[in-house]
Amino acid sequence: MTQPFYVSPEQLMRDRADFARKGIARGRSVVVLCFDAGIALVADNPSRALHKVSEIYDRVAFAAVGKYNEFENLRVAGVRYADLRGYSYDRADVTARGLANAYAQTLGSVFTTESKPLEVEIVVAEVGTSAEDDQIYRLTYDGSVADERGAVVIGGAADALAGVLADGWRPDLSLAAALALARRVLASDPAAPASGPVRELGPGTLEVAVLERGLPRRSFRRVGGELLERLLSEQDPTSDVPPSPDVLAPDAAPGHPGLPADAPARPDGS
Amino acid sequence: MPATPAPPPGGQPGRLPAPFLVPGGSSFTDFVGSHDPSLLPAGRPLPVGSLAPGLEPPHATTIVALTYPGGVVMAGDRRATAGSMIAHREIEKVFPADAHSCVGIAGTAGIAVEMVRLFQVELEHFEKIEGSVLSLDGKANRLSTMVRGNLGLALQGLAVVPLFAGYDLAGRRGRIFSYDVTGGRYEERGHHSVGSGSVFARGALKKLHRPTQGVDDAVATAVEALHDAADDDSATGGSDLVRGIYPVVAVVDEAGYRRVPEDALADVVRDLLDARTAGSREARRQPTGEVAP
Repeated sequence: MTQPFYVSPEQLMRDRADFARKGIARGRSVVVLCFDAGIALVADNPSRALHKVSEIYDRVAFAAVGKYNEFENLRVAGVRYADLRGYSYDRADVTARGLANAYAQTLGSVFTTESKPLEVEIVVAEVGTSAEDDQIYRLTYDGSVADERGAVVIGGAADALAGVLADGWRPDLSLAAALALARRVLASDPAAPASGPVRELGPGTLEVAVLERGLPRRSFRRVGGELLERLLSEQDPTSDVPPSPDVLAPDAAPGHPGLPADAPARPDGS
Repeated sequence: MPATPAPPPGGQPGRLPAPFLVPGGSSFTDFVGSHDPSLLPAGRPLPVGSLAPGLEPPHATTIVALTYPGGVVMAGDRRATAGSMIAHREIEKVFPADAHSCVGIAGTAGIAVEMVRLFQVELEHFEKIEGSVLSLDGKANRLSTMVRGNLGLALQGLAVVPLFAGYDLAGRRGRIFSYDVTGGRYEERGHHSVGSGSVFARGALKKLHRPTQGVDDAVATAVEALHDAADDDSATGGSDLVRGIYPVVAVVDEAGYRRVPEDALADVVRDLLDARTAGSREARRQPTGEVAP
């Protein structure tokens, strides 16, 4: 009769953590940072179809690094969680904190009970009515949650790049300045982050989305194509996204196509 | 309410239950059905029998829709009735389904509003999971499934009959779909109306609808058809000038759904009533005149 080898719990957890960390570090980074009119999510991702940043709900967005199939599965679970909650209660009752808790429990439970931890790192961001209400949660493969302020970088050599991001970030950045900072962080050499960008990251290799502050309904918007080119260009004066198109916030009926409570604007502004 | 994930049998407490993590499947209704069917309208068994006469639930009434070259206009009156009583004066029966479509409801108001809520989530859910928007035919078919799911209640007298309209981004035109209680889906040409006043509204639409008219004329036609329905059907409300209550009018074109603001509607209604008042005065002055009141 064979006896299984004894492996100490410390060793077991360390091995799993090393395994997950290596998988996550192989990928490219994602930066999530607040700017003066919302939250920008910027990924170093040349694909137009396989997204690393996505919409979860009205004011909640998702960004992830690691294995695509694993974080895609979590993203879908997040959309289901948010839609079910919004349907059962009200749209206002879907929060990033609730979703971050559900993710943390899931990641933690997989980490301790299953043979392979999830090789993912996730950011759940919620744009608030003012900059103080913005929330950014960073979740790691073992289910630990960090409540980040202002700006965060995950994946790749995140530890090395965090310093560059923290040095450059201010709460009153315009969108163009925030994107320039994110691009500088993503293009830096992890071995010598202070020496400046070593790669050229153009609009074609960046996936950018924003959560706009102050919209009554869906605030998630992808920024791409010509608008992203203009925002990234140093010569072009464009520094902010133009106001949402009429579809999202018609002048006559404010807000994204509303739900049953979609009342028209009254002339007296009430 | 199990909106917060309940601990699955044998699983870790707090962890997202298995149905949340099943790959594939972009339908919200299918997901809720696998997770907790009691949250769906069709998932709640009802006892047999019918409602006592005094408990009759509010009914929502007339909806009209018509196309114009750039899109489609849908309008609904604001009255809900329970028997011969007015249950509500300001109910809204025309809702945006998503950015490029709208849905109007006639029938049992409570069930209809729940169906619309589910339909809205269904479309948004698909859009978020798939990253693309359903085709207009796809949306119309989803609604068809929901109406069919309500057949049991319809047989007990709690029917819901929606009217669906939207801008077809592929075909670049407005389209209208009507339904029957069994979920049958029919595309309508030009215009359609549903609800208790629909007979009168349809007569008006037949005379007033010009396929080539612009959006402002289309809005005026929709409002006029509703007023004609309210004239003859006690369950359809006209405009309430005393309280400032006007029909809900939605326009869906290439730019998306938008609701016509109330001050613009007030002008449309005033012009309509002025024209009819003048016509009626003229008719009284010349008893042989041909102007209808």
